[in-house]
Amino acid sequence: MAPAALLQRLTWLPAVIAEARAETPQARTLVLDVPGWPGHRAGQHVDVRLTAGDGYQAVRSYSLASAPGEQPAITVARVADGEVSPYLVDVARPGDRVEIRGPVGGYFVWEPAMPYRPVLLVGGGSGVVPLRSILRHHRQSADPTPMRLVYSVRAPELVIYREELQAEHLVYTRTTPPGWPRPAGHIDQGLLREVAWPPVDSPLAYVCGPTAFVEHLSGALLDLGYRAGDIRTERYG
Amino acid sequence: MSVISQGFQGRGRRDDRLPPGQYETHDFPVLSAGPTPYISVDEWQFTIDTEDGARHTWSWQDLMALPKSTPHVDIHCVTRWSKFDTDWEGVSLDVLLEDVESAAEYALVSSYGGYTTNLPLEDLLDGKAWIAYAFDGRPLAPEHGGPARLLVPHLYFWKSAKWVRGIRLLDQDEPGFWETAGYHNYGDPWHEQRYWGD
Repeated sequence: MAPAALLQRLTWLPAVIAEARAETPQARTLVLDVPGWPGHRAGQHVDVRLTAGDGYQAVRSYSLASAPGEQPAITVARVADGEVSPYLVDVARPGDRVEIRGPVGGYFVWEPAMPYRPVLLVGGGSGVVPLRSILRHHRQSADPTPMRLVYSVRAPELVIYREELQAEHLVYTRTTPPGWPRPAGHIDQGLLREVAWPPVDSPLAYVCGPTAFVEHLSGALLDLGYRAGDIRTERYG
Repeated sequence: MSVISQGFQGRGRRDDRLPPGQYETHDFPVLSAGPTPYISVDEWQFTIDTEDGARHTWSWQDLMALPKSTPHVDIHCVTRWSKFDTDWEGVSLDVLLEDVESAAEYALVSSYGGYTTNLPLEDLLDGKAWIAYAFDGRPLAPEHGGPARLLVPHLYFWKSAKWVRGIRLLDQDEPGFWETAGYHNYGDPWHEQRYWGD
């Protein structure tokens, strides 16, 4: 069901970039000061609006990267030939202003709840952003739900939230760190069988990434015996 | 008073074909809440249930035997992409509803996989909606809703239910999956009806 916050009209709120942190050469996390921010749930997204000096506006949606209770933060990856992402990754500085509207989305969200169902998070590329919000929420609330992230990324230098995700299952698709035990390659059935909670435990899965990634992984989880209704997906691109 | 984002110039300027807040894409992004269901045309069927409980059913062969249309339309997703000049092949809802006796005002569309979406019945009539089974001259791919999806291009694209399996005609409006989750009940892109209250 829809969260109470969504029952109200969503209005644009002025936001100031409080902090900008480079995650990789291509992605940056922006922490936003938003007076009147109503709070969010783990996995939700926001609309971000930029206004040029001549009044021209552009809006894009971004997943929230921070945990509920923290300031809203987004992690933006530069899209080649993009209109908004190059500004947010390369140009905007702390003190610059944008507007945001949200939070939005009541489906790709996770909350600690009884009964505890093990949670498998599967992210590809910047699809890890909403999963990081879920993971942080899980850690901060010291929730006993078993939770595990499998994060597929092209190369070591492209890992975002590196410090936080060290203990999770990283899968490198093109280049691995030196001495990495697994050769570069995509997440396959064998790896899933190793790390995914068995279907008998009634796990919930959250899969986020580019379309081909989500198609492949949600199919592989179905093959493994996960129920279609227990696999939540979010696709981009 | 507007909030200026220092140093932002933007690229696009208004294009008359672009509804407010949309940008043009040449890709065909995919958006759905769960795994893609794979339905063979042998097991596929499509039903229309009226408010009186009468059921009309079409098999895949029945659908293929009906007169087809080839809509050439622009589509607009609530996630802000718009795609111009898309070419589809399908059967007009006018054809499917021709022999259906109903005084209902609302429709609730349902899909294989459990998705639902609602709209006024009149938005399905008069050449505005189709059951589409081909895109760009090829059978509709499963991730885009194949074997068949609803196509209602004058509303945001979440109304164009993928993997469509049936339509219930109702006297009372009944919000669907995204409509109960904060998205606008009607979803007109030209009035930027994205969320509740827009």
